[in-house]
Amino acid sequence: MAAQTSTEYIQHHLQNLALGVHPENGFGFAQSAAEAREMGFWAIHVDTMLWSVGLGALFLWIFRKAALKATSGVPTPFLNFVETVIEFVDQNVRGTFTAKNDLVAPIALTLFVWILLMNTMDLVPVDWIPHLAYVLGVPYMKVVPTTDPNATFGLSLSIFALTIYYSIKVKGAKGFFGELAFQPFPKFLFPVNLFLEGISLISKPVSLALRLFGNLYAGEMIFILIALLYSGGLFWGLAGGALQWGWAVFHLLIVTLQAFIFMILTIVYLDMAHSHH
Amino acid sequence: MNINMTLIGQSIAFGVFVWFCLKYVWPPILNALEERRTKIADGLAAAEAGQRAKAQAQVRIEQEVSGAKEQAREIIANAQRRAGEIVDEAKADARVESARIIEAAQAEIDQQTHQAREVLRGEVVNLALAGAEQVLGREVDAAAHAKALESLASRL
Repeated sequence: MAAQTSTEYIQHHLQNLALGVHPENGFGFAQSAAEAREMGFWAIHVDTMLWSVGLGALFLWIFRKAALKATSGVPTPFLNFVETVIEFVDQNVRGTFTAKNDLVAPIALTLFVWILLMNTMDLVPVDWIPHLAYVLGVPYMKVVPTTDPNATFGLSLSIFALTIYYSIKVKGAKGFFGELAFQPFPKFLFPVNLFLEGISLISKPVSLALRLFGNLYAGEMIFILIALLYSGGLFWGLAGGALQWGWAVFHLLIVTLQAFIFMILTIVYLDMAHSHH
Repeated sequence: MNINMTLIGQSIAFGVFVWFCLKYVWPPILNALEERRTKIADGLAAAEAGQRAKAQAQVRIEQEVSGAKEQAREIIANAQRRAGEIVDEAKADARVESARIIEAAQAEIDQQTHQAREVLRGEVVNLALAGAEQVLGREVDAAAHAKALESLASRL
């Protein structure tokens, strides 16, 4: 890591740990951004998967513990906390989702808490874990899964698939196609309708994924830039400390807000899939 | 920042998490919440019912207490009246008794007076006879002058 330029430092922070088959070097971890690119689609970001699955497991472990302890009697503070989260999600689902589907609330809960946890990793000082990994011989380590578009698109495309599934299930293939082709203009203009509705259909998962990714990516980028100040001497170091603290406070808002927006929009999209226009 | 298999891995992870949540997290906690809601509602209703019962009991207690007070007052009044009556009766008895005693005493006095008078009468006859004998110097036949003697004695 010694004698890095700022560009190299930033690039190092923005590179995932890719595991895959390289055309020349064979199976293994990509040692550079170029190698990772050359691996193509059949590679996997080990850091994204590890951190996201780890945080997801943490979420389920905490909530499962609460579920096992749940009683109708006096709740413990821990149980109270979990129940607050559950009731918050439940209220949002009840307020937004008009049809009847028992899957929506668990989806909303999973998304909210999971994304919140993944986003919160952004508040860990940017160098701690990547540098520790580097010392241990792991070339790259990105700890915030939501700054990997694979993760956010993985979520949004799953939800997209669910909306298509429920649209067809509730309205039938004909009804679903009708919604795409026969509005907002009269039927004979169906190519125009199909084009317009197709764009709005596709834009939902794309915007959902890119909003979350963009916000967190930008946030992380600013943390990285602030971290660069630490190498600029005592004055810039102190300024960087203050800035990092300030940005972290502000980022708390983004972390929560993005998790909330993702959850709410998912509920809205699923509600649209269930309702006839 | 390449799109690769992570996309699929992430989707699978998401699916598994949602399934776990749907199966093992959401229902027990929500059931517990619902149960607690019912329990609290029942508790509040019970508390209200208890409050109402207490208010009713209070009213009844007040009624009973005032009834008991009324009764006590009545009993005391009765007792006082009875005491007055007893005193009056005793007074009346005493008055009657005293009148009787006085009467008896009077009767005795009268009787004694009468006796004394009778005795005196006899004495008077004897004295009159003795006086007349002395005046006449001879014996007077009492039987012959019985009428005169008797009228003399009755004048006493």
